Amino acid sequence: MSKVRALIVDDSSVMRKIVERSLRQAGIELDKVVEAGNGAEALVALRDNSVDLILCDINMPVMDGLEFVRQVGSVENAKGVPVVMITTEGSESSVVQALSSGARGYIRKPFTPDQVKEHVLPVLEKKP
Amino acid sequence: MNADRSIADRSQPQSWMPILVLSVQEVFEIMLGCRVQPMETPEPRPNGEFTAMVGLAGAICGVLTFSCGGKTAVQIAKCMLGPEIASSEDQVSDALGEICNMIGGNFKNKLAGLDGRCMLSVPTVINGGEYSLRSLADGTPLEVVMQFEGGPIVVCLELHN
Repeated sequence: MSKVRALIVDDSSVMRKIVERSLRQAGIELDKVVEAGNGAEALVALRDNSVDLILCDINMPVMDGLEFVRQVGSVENAKGVPVVMITTEGSESSVVQALSSGARGYIRKPFTPDQVKEHVLPVLEKKP
Repeated sequence: MNADRSIADRSQPQSWMPILVLSVQEVFEIMLGCRVQPMETPEPRPNGEFTAMVGLAGAICGVLTFSCGGKTAVQIAKCMLGPEIASSEDQVSDALGEICNMIGGNFKNKLAGLDGRCMLSVPTVINGGEYSLRSLADGTPLEVVMQFEGGPIVVCLELHN
């Protein structure tokens, strides 16, 4: 697998660092990491950056993760880019809502690097 | 692990204490690689220089707080991020907010029958111990003091009846 360009969206800068570290610990080689603090910032970041993978929280101020997932397909750079949610919202209905909004994977916080690997690798391998 | 406690048990909120303790332990084990154990509530109660809180709204309403001393807060941030980057107060506050958020999320995910009917707020963190916090929650608070690498942490869940 070639090196991955990732966008990490979370209102916590600490959590963004932990997600990046977990990707590396999961054996995913990162070419570039772009960070955003909410969905609106992420949409702006995607206009200037091409990425292969998006990891996104749900509960965020300004624009939450579910709204971001619904809008991400409208950004030319982001068409077909898989979005994996990483969130404390772990209920069955939250998972269904995220997947029906367009997310391709779902990781519950707290999470291990193995869980990141389990949920992220399949969506990267399926990427067109 | 999904604890076998129904939301219908809410008339007996003390039955949720093991779920709260387990939720804290899992977050510390998975995200920090550290074990924390409940301790006898010391007198006087540990003074929290840092307090993180998240609100719960929906089928259960209230507030979850996580508090600890300054040195303990820095140590938690270092365990999460590594010793070289956890130095600023912003990062320490951010780390504690996330810990509180994950404990709250882990707790509600373990309550059977709650599926999607309770939301968490984004976390708030107070730095400094000279304040009093008054929740409008009218239930009996669930509070546990736990030992983390030499310093106590206090987790309290206050719920509306």
